[in-house]
Amino acid sequence: MTQIRTRLLALAAATACMTIAGAAFADELSIMASGGAWQDAQRKAWFEPFAKETGAKILEQEYLGDLGKVKAMVETGNVPIDLVTVETATVLQGCDAGILERLDYAKIGPRDKFIEGSALDCGVGLDAYGDILAYDPTVLKEAPTSVLDLFDTTKFPGKRAMRKFPAQNLEWALMADGVAPADVYKVLATPEGVDRAFKKLDTIKKDIVWWDAGAQPAQLLASQEVVMTTAWNGRIQNAIDSDKKPFKIVWNNQILEYDMIAIPKGARNPELAYKYLAYISQPENNAKLASFITYGPVRTDAASFVAADALPKLPNAPDHLAGAYLVADTEFWGDYGEDLVKRFNAWLAQ
Amino acid sequence: MLLSPYPTTGERIRIALLWLWCGLVILFLLVPILIPVPLSFNSGAFFIFPLEGLSTRWYEVVVGTQRWQSAIGNSLIVAFGTTLIATTLGTLTAIALSDEKFPGRRIIMPLLLSPLIVPVVITAVGSYLFYARVGLASTYAGIILAHTALASPFVVVTVGASLTGFDRNLMRAAAISGARPVTAFFRVMLPLILPGVLSGAAFAFVTSFDEVVVVQFLASASQRTMPLEMFIGLREKLSPAITAAATLMMALSIVLLVVANLLARRGRKTASR
Amino acid sequence: MSALQPSELDRPTLARDRSAADTDLKSVTAALRRAEFGDRMRSLLLAAPLLVLLALSFGIPIVLLLSRAVYDPTIAEALPKTTAALAGWNGQGLPGDDAFAALAADLKDNRAKGTAYELAKSLNARLPGARSQVLKTVRKLESADGQAALEAMKSVPFWSAPTTWPTIQSGTSTLTSFYLLSALDLRWNADGGIERVPPEQAIFVQVFLRTFFVAASVTLATLILGFPLAYVIANVPKGLAAILIVAVLLPFWTSILVRTAAWTVLLQKFGLVNDFLLFIGIASDRLDLMYSRVGLIVAMTHIQLPFTLLPIYSVMRTIPPSQLKAAYSLGARPFTAFRRVYIPQVFPGVMAGCLLTFILCLGYYITPALIGGASDQLISNFIANYVNVELNWEMAAALSFILLVFTLALFGIFARILGLDRLKLM
Repeated sequence: MTQIRTRLLALAAATACMTIAGAAFADELSIMASGGAWQDAQRKAWFEPFAKETGAKILEQEYLGDLGKVKAMVETGNVPIDLVTVETATVLQGCDAGILERLDYAKIGPRDKFIEGSALDCGVGLDAYGDILAYDPTVLKEAPTSVLDLFDTTKFPGKRAMRKFPAQNLEWALMADGVAPADVYKVLATPEGVDRAFKKLDTIKKDIVWWDAGAQPAQLLASQEVVMTTAWNGRIQNAIDSDKKPFKIVWNNQILEYDMIAIPKGARNPELAYKYLAYISQPENNAKLASFITYGPVRTDAASFVAADALPKLPNAPDHLAGAYLVADTEFWGDYGEDLVKRFNAWLAQ
Repeated sequence: MLLSPYPTTGERIRIALLWLWCGLVILFLLVPILIPVPLSFNSGAFFIFPLEGLSTRWYEVVVGTQRWQSAIGNSLIVAFGTTLIATTLGTLTAIALSDEKFPGRRIIMPLLLSPLIVPVVITAVGSYLFYARVGLASTYAGIILAHTALASPFVVVTVGASLTGFDRNLMRAAAISGARPVTAFFRVMLPLILPGVLSGAAFAFVTSFDEVVVVQFLASASQRTMPLEMFIGLREKLSPAITAAATLMMALSIVLLVVANLLARRGRKTASR
Repeated sequence: MSALQPSELDRPTLARDRSAADTDLKSVTAALRRAEFGDRMRSLLLAAPLLVLLALSFGIPIVLLLSRAVYDPTIAEALPKTTAALAGWNGQGLPGDDAFAALAADLKDNRAKGTAYELAKSLNARLPGARSQVLKTVRKLESADGQAALEAMKSVPFWSAPTTWPTIQSGTSTLTSFYLLSALDLRWNADGGIERVPPEQAIFVQVFLRTFFVAASVTLATLILGFPLAYVIANVPKGLAAILIVAVLLPFWTSILVRTAAWTVLLQKFGLVNDFLLFIGIASDRLDLMYSRVGLIVAMTHIQLPFTLLPIYSVMRTIPPSQLKAAYSLGARPFTAFRRVYIPQVFPGVMAGCLLTFILCLGYYITPALIGGASDQLISNFIANYVNVELNWEMAAALSFILLVFTLALFGIFARILGLDRLKLM
């Protein structure tokens, strides 16, 4: 009995210590990223070298698409994270909502050296990625030639996976319905345009499997749950390179986007967070990520630092921009995102 | 005993069909829980049959990587904390409630059981929003508190059951013989209801150890438990490491609950003797 | 549980002897009462720690959550001047310039305090499209004061639209029925009546119905699968029954997450279920079972089967086989005997099992999230989504409120008909 009691006491003490330890160290940097192959790549390209260079300890958290957690942290003033990686639309939303810190670019780097749209008030770009179409040629005999083949169920019957989110899907729906890439956002800004996009999505709704975590598309293809899937290009390339899957990527009609990183309001260690942002924004460091996952740099002056073998696999490699492509309009999604998400969720539930 | 005394052919056929049906239902019950076991020995990286080869690499991942190690550690911290608090307080409450004259017993009992009835999502969201305000979100204490609410009803029920056979006159006899209440509790009551207490503790442990919804809301990365790690994995990185973790969790739960059940049974027998 | 206490049994005897030892008795009863009072206090003290802990860790959070469904001070707190200016407004047409000026001042304050977004969001929940209008106006007001601010307000048509001001006015009251109505796809119309929201916005009634449908399907499936098995277990020799019971309890003791994980493996396109169906020739092609309603119901049935079966079994066990034999010997045919003698007696067990499963199914979250497709998400998944993704906690609270009311009502029926004691653990 006494023995058990001593052990439980020790356990309780250990618990108390661990709770306190979480708050104690000033040289700890807590980063929330969205997991999977992408987080692994960041670890190799940035977390580990940064930790080695500065002696800081990096705590990794995984972001499950729940800005709710960040909101709760900020509201209560108990913010156990210093940096969070987010999508551009979320940066705008979080900036308006006062959840994210307004960045001081003097501490990061020259703002004009970033690709247009990748240096925002509350978030700075990490990398450029492509929303692409992937398929398994051993399953799909005829190769799709454009992302828009998603909507062609006669030529490509079977389930297709798409992201459970209105962005990209609405754009592709309009383009598949004949809207020129240059006009997509103009049309989508009108109620009729939104109706039109949803009507187009309706035509394939019963054939869609929805994914919401970035690693799912590769899994859905591997288990042959779907014949084709939209995906972030790096995740598919990763399955091809490290898991030796025979997948193929369709670049035609890809949508280019930027990953962002931001500091939540009230972060415990903003100085170190800025130091990290400055570190990864240096052109040679910014280019490093491409060696571990096929996402391109956001600094205009970083291209020359990208490893030669990584270059042709990047979404903004010249070959991949030869066909049609669209650059995601962050401001559009900042303005209309919330209403479209609501409409999209209602549409999904019906 | 299933057959009537003078079975007709038709009846024999019906009984045969009944047995067949039950065989299928048993298969339906058992096959799915046995599936993770062979998969956990798969050597391939994807989550599909047929197996690519046999290996223990996924167990090495679960036991060897920092991520899973800390998840196992967190699960144990939370489950032990929950068990300790829920068992202690639950036992005291069960003793109090076993007194028929306890005021408001008919109201308190359903209130005590309500954590079992209220959908877990509501409990999780509610405690998340409240705990965040008082600084308990993303702490072990917060998760243990929420789990204690979920686990304590099991303790109250199992200890309560073992107390129904307990003769209160024994306590009176102890008091008359000069034992103070605390002594009487430890020397007279506890030994008799111990099986019930231990089985309640096992239920509490497993409740916390298997719980994922509350953890999903309350835990930050440093408190991630095994089930949460599995949930994230199932949504994302479907690796057979999950099946290895599942097999381990299943083994632990089953061992604990078999013990709990045996204890509870023995408890009922001793108590009714 | 012994129903009667010794003291109660003693009382009539004591009463008969009242004349003999009246005074004695009085002091004895008083002492007894004191002792009983002391006992009670001690019992209360014993139960207090858990009750307090439950109140803090469970009761208060849930009450606070539910209160969010009807209490939303965002707009009132963000617009104090406007609230004052609108106090005397009758809600007809447009309010006076003072209200416009007050709103302009409030909006500027919000900009300064950084709360403009919260306000915009809260208004947007009541008036779709308001979010961007508020933010746009706030930006316009940045460099405008006095008359210029008033003009800036008037230059945005949104602020002169007929629905805008009534919405603001209703928003300035901190108690709101808005979210609860929305959770039932209802809203206030312009004349103060309640109407349905347009079909492209209606979600929740459908989701609640879906949740009920899935719960009912699962309950029925568990009954069909479980009843015969329970009957067999209750009527075979002890040794065999023990083995069968273990087969039921093994999955019962395995965590829901582990079992859901197993089902994701089984139901895949190239999973065992499809292999099996192809092998025995039921299906000619591989079926899409993952992310489907069928897959979800199958997995939930597996998880819930023991919950339905065990209460049925525990009742069946108490029915002696001799009863059916007696019915046979009186000439009843097996089926008649079964229907007239057996079923009425096991009915309470069936009810208990089915209600338990139905109630538990209403709260499912993990399994639909992992196995269901987009159109198979149940109400709990929507609650989680409103908390985590849409950041609309009031809506989550309103949905929780309605779900909880349903659940408690069903549980009330359960407790009323069958008694709480049925809620036993095996």
